[in-house]
Amino acid sequence: MYRKLRPIIVKEFRQIKRDRRVLSILTLVPAMLLLLNGYALNFDVRDIKMAVYDGENSSQSRELINSFLTAGYFEYTEHLTDYTQAQSLIDEGTVKLVLVIPPDFSRDIISGRQASIQLLVDGMDANAATTIIGYAQAVTQQYSQKIVLQNLSKIGRKSYIPINYEARIWYNPEMKSAKFLVPGLIAFILAITGVIATALSIVKEKERNTIEQIDVSPVKPLSLILGKMIPYALISLVAAALVLVAAYIMFDVTVKGSLLLLFFATLLFVCAALGQGLLVSTIADSQQVAFQIAAVVSMLPTMILSGFMFPIKSMPLFLQIISNITPAKFYLVIMRGIVLKGVGIEAFWQQLIYLLIFITVVVTISVKRFKQHTV
Amino acid sequence: MNTIEVENLTKRFGDFTAVDRISFDVKQGEIFGFLGANGAGKSTTIRMLCGLLSSTEGIARVGGFDINKEPNKVKENIGYMSQKFSLYEDLTVEENIDFFGRVYGLSDSDLNDRKKWVLDIANLNGRENSITQTLSGGWKQRLALGCAVLHRPRIIFLDEPTSGVDPVMRRKFWELINDLSAEGVTVLVTTHFLEEAEYCNDIILINAGKIIAGGSPKELKQNYIKHPILEVQCSDVVEAMEKIETQSWAVETSIFGTSIHVNVEDEESAKANIRSLLSSHRIDVVNIERITPSLEDVFIYLLEQQTKKT
Repeated sequence: MYRKLRPIIVKEFRQIKRDRRVLSILTLVPAMLLLLNGYALNFDVRDIKMAVYDGENSSQSRELINSFLTAGYFEYTEHLTDYTQAQSLIDEGTVKLVLVIPPDFSRDIISGRQASIQLLVDGMDANAATTIIGYAQAVTQQYSQKIVLQNLSKIGRKSYIPINYEARIWYNPEMKSAKFLVPGLIAFILAITGVIATALSIVKEKERNTIEQIDVSPVKPLSLILGKMIPYALISLVAAALVLVAAYIMFDVTVKGSLLLLFFATLLFVCAALGQGLLVSTIADSQQVAFQIAAVVSMLPTMILSGFMFPIKSMPLFLQIISNITPAKFYLVIMRGIVLKGVGIEAFWQQLIYLLIFITVVVTISVKRFKQHTV
Repeated sequence: MNTIEVENLTKRFGDFTAVDRISFDVKQGEIFGFLGANGAGKSTTIRMLCGLLSSTEGIARVGGFDINKEPNKVKENIGYMSQKFSLYEDLTVEENIDFFGRVYGLSDSDLNDRKKWVLDIANLNGRENSITQTLSGGWKQRLALGCAVLHRPRIIFLDEPTSGVDPVMRRKFWELINDLSAEGVTVLVTTHFLEEAEYCNDIILINAGKIIAGGSPKELKQNYIKHPILEVQCSDVVEAMEKIETQSWAVETSIFGTSIHVNVEDEESAKANIRSLLSSHRIDVVNIERITPSLEDVFIYLLEQQTKKT
């Protein structure tokens, strides 16, 4: 078998080496995506620029400001001397948050009345604004508790807080989007190398008529398909490994679970992608058409419907149903499970079975179509 | 001994019959020509014989193997060169040879021998590392032939091998084909260049999927051109033809470029008749001469017979 496949594999690697288009799809696109996703597509809310208007400048107000600044999320920019400056700063986008402390702040606290502070938040990015309000609330709450405790101890009561909550974020404690995105990114890159590159390489043979010369030789259609898929499978796996290494170096993403399991899951997903590529190649007759079909059936669903960027649970029901056509949806569950949670096969055996079914169906259809086409 | 036997081979695409119950035999070592206009069914026939296309009806045996029952045995024994260049343009000359050699399972030493041979016949020594795309048409075509016969097939199929190649290269190509035939390789070639058909040992003429005549070039000329052919060069070819056509002594008249070919019963009387007829219509006669018939004459004669029938 290997003797028959070898010449095709060798030939395929030589062609990949010379084909600038395929080469750039295989190398530049993953690199660019990793950089874009890692740095630009950042959902993290951190280092929130914050200005303060302290109408009082008392020890209490300074204490409150201090507890904001030591919380770790806010970055102090300036002290406003005039309340009206707040609006222009937010309009310009120089700060996301302005903390306004009224002149009677400490008087209210000391006399046991409820004191008020004002938070002006830039709501342009709704997600970020929600997060900022959350952080600010937490800081304020903590400060209030401190005051309550102080007051209680002044009147000699042993103080305690009835419920102390301690939130712990598992699997991605620093809430870094990179960690969440990298598994999706690998799926996306594999969809490109697997589906698009494979489809293009087979369709190129049709377009240039070289497939005819193979058809009259004793090479069987299955050998040709395998001989073409093996190089792309290898390249895809190497690309996946490189993304993992790069993600480790740049974003500290480590694989928590079993590398072996990760390898097998990725191999399955690569097979699914190659099957899709083969199917596309039996439909399209030119590289251009093949690229477009491949983009629509693999790249777009992987980006939009797989849960890579948008959570599937928040999609309308019919989109949730459609999302099942993309194998990336299932691969992502497995990947995130292994990379972030370090869980074993018991957590995602259903997804593995789905991938197996997907591969069987797609490969069966495409091999049939491929054979029909050649004879 | 027949290496190719075809019986009632038929190919239908829906309602359209591309090849209609054709039968013929090809002897070993023969150069067998398939003649016909574009779309006559030549390529379809060749593609069926190579196993690229399944037949609708009929039987064909290539090298002793049934094309429908043992297509893989057939494929091992044939070489095929398609009308459209079908080597890898993005591989080098040597990489193409290596690839096809390996695909046919040649051993290292065998492959090296054959590589030398291909480079020699294609005149590509020193250009082993050129990307195939950069070669000119004639070179590409000889490399394609070389790759098609790398594995020393006993039968080769050439589909319009010389289309798009200049006359000098075309001549050299036919020398190569003659050499192969001398070594005992059976060559089945399609062409629409009628002068090329003269190189063939045997020819069949195909029109609209049917064989309309067959035989050696000499036989064809003897069988179908029984009358002397006169070539008439004159001033107004179209008008002259219209006049001659209606005469009882003109069996067949057709225009060949700037002259007219007339099949006549008797050479001498016809020459005189043509001169007097044309001068009475003020057409200047430059020259009238008896010519040896070409296959083109035969082909046109046969096609005209066909149209008369239908």
